[in-house]
Amino acid sequence: MNQQSVATEANAVAWTEDQPMVSLKDVHKSFGELKVLTGISFDVMKKEVICIIGPSGSGKSTLIRCINALNPVDKGSIKVEGREVNDSKLDKLELRKKVGMVFQQYNLFPHKTALENIMMAPIHVLKQDKAAVEERAIKLIKKVRLEGKENSYPGELSGGQQQRVAIARSLAMNPDIMLFDEVTSALDPETVKEVLFTIQELAEDGMTCMLVTHEMGFARELADHIYFTDRGVIVEHGPPATFFKEAKDPRTKEFLSQIL
Amino acid sequence: MKTFVNKRPPIPGIATGSTTDLPVLLPTAGRLAQRARRDRLEGTWRLELKLWHGVLLVILFLLFAGIAEAQSQAEPDKGPLATLFRWIPVLLWKNGNGFVLNLTISFFAMAIGTVAGMALGLAQVSLLAPVRTGSWFTTQFFRNSPWLVLLFCIMLLFPFEIELGSTVFKIPDWTKATIGFSLPVMANLSEIVRGAVQSIPTGQWESAESLAFTRRQTMWMIILPQCFKRMIPPWMNWYAILTMATPLCSIMGVEESVRLAQDAMTAEDSRTELLGPFYVFLLIVFFIYCYPIARLTIALEKKYTVNI
Repeated sequence: MNQQSVATEANAVAWTEDQPMVSLKDVHKSFGELKVLTGISFDVMKKEVICIIGPSGSGKSTLIRCINALNPVDKGSIKVEGREVNDSKLDKLELRKKVGMVFQQYNLFPHKTALENIMMAPIHVLKQDKAAVEERAIKLIKKVRLEGKENSYPGELSGGQQQRVAIARSLAMNPDIMLFDEVTSALDPETVKEVLFTIQELAEDGMTCMLVTHEMGFARELADHIYFTDRGVIVEHGPPATFFKEAKDPRTKEFLSQIL
Repeated sequence: MKTFVNKRPPIPGIATGSTTDLPVLLPTAGRLAQRARRDRLEGTWRLELKLWHGVLLVILFLLFAGIAEAQSQAEPDKGPLATLFRWIPVLLWKNGNGFVLNLTISFFAMAIGTVAGMALGLAQVSLLAPVRTGSWFTTQFFRNSPWLVLLFCIMLLFPFEIELGSTVFKIPDWTKATIGFSLPVMANLSEIVRGAVQSIPTGQWESAESLAFTRRQTMWMIILPQCFKRMIPPWMNWYAILTMATPLCSIMGVEESVRLAQDAMTAEDSRTELLGPFYVFLLIVFFIYCYPIARLTIALEKKYTVNI
């Protein structure tokens, strides 16, 4: 192990649960000329559920994707459990074993059944024993209420069912934090409920969740903290009680008036 | 808001801008434009053999043979059809030469080309820039070179025997021809592999990355299995094209069907009435082999069309 990775490991060991699980400081990101994130800073504590809302193009999805290093960050610091993400020597695989992500387009592997989708990562990445993984996968399928669909291919499942398989697939890796990138935006209203219920159960079990969402009802019920982004900065944030009732910034008020 | 309910849709070229610049009737222009777009996207022509091609060949054969028979004043067993019948074993399978040699060459050239093409195709999507550039150059070079020139180069430059210690391996001509054919096949299959890998949605790569798969694991367990189906129709198409190209090596003396047909006719005093029957017969043989492959290719392509 080289010096850097020893230092990173030391950092990770030094992290304790009273420190923020995810800590962003002055994060900047641009795609060529287009500045998408211009100075984002906030912290997420363990077991917190936070929702990021905002208009299109405000940088919400980019922000989430920077946290598990899918997009590289130009400037600033992102620390996940004490590990610095904006570091060229970061061990991305180790980071991604701790951070689970669910996408808007489900992105299930179409050539594998639902059960195989869930089992693939623990077997091949975590190198766990196949029988044990299968047992856990079946439990996870029960947890997302998809009994009977273990041997279905993604093409045979509805959108909501696919999204729940995607959530189970990320949970199979036992992450410490789950990221949800507009996971209900591609679903019709009935199936949205199924998925939100699954996420609610997850949050109540104590999982740290970061959601980018348009579901204001869900945010109001479950979020511990809400962040409103617009044009790459956090305009306003607060717990749902104060956020929805006493929004101070005019941009926030305009956004809320359009959707509520 | 305006709606077009109860109104006929606007006619392109009259009510709105035209969709093509061809001064022809609209339905044909649309079809031609679609065809052109499809060909451009495919990048390669498809071997579209139809049954009436085969029927035409048989009619042609009967015509040539019939005229030749009527014209010939030779003894009964020296007529063109009888001569052809006598030579069929040699043309098709005797000593492993003839048409069987054509198939042998196409089989091995395809096998070598598939393995090499796969490697080259994956190199084209490598993360290392030198590997990408080198493989791209190799692919374009062998893809755009005339097959006959490549054949000449390989057959003349390749050693005809290799000494390994005390043993001397003689390399037969057909082996050199096989290697010569495998080069353009490798290049074309490399493009197919690259195209298939790049056609997989990026969401697959992203979700695999999020699950902490390495790039190699992602490629072999997630991306390539999805590519496999998409690659089969163009792969089969190239096999049919390759089989039809194998007579090229007859120029270099390899004893495959066309070369043996020429030799046979020389042996029969180079009578001109034999030309038609012999060559059209070979055309029919090739057609009988390649037609099922071409049709299966088209059927599989329809079946595996990705409906997004």
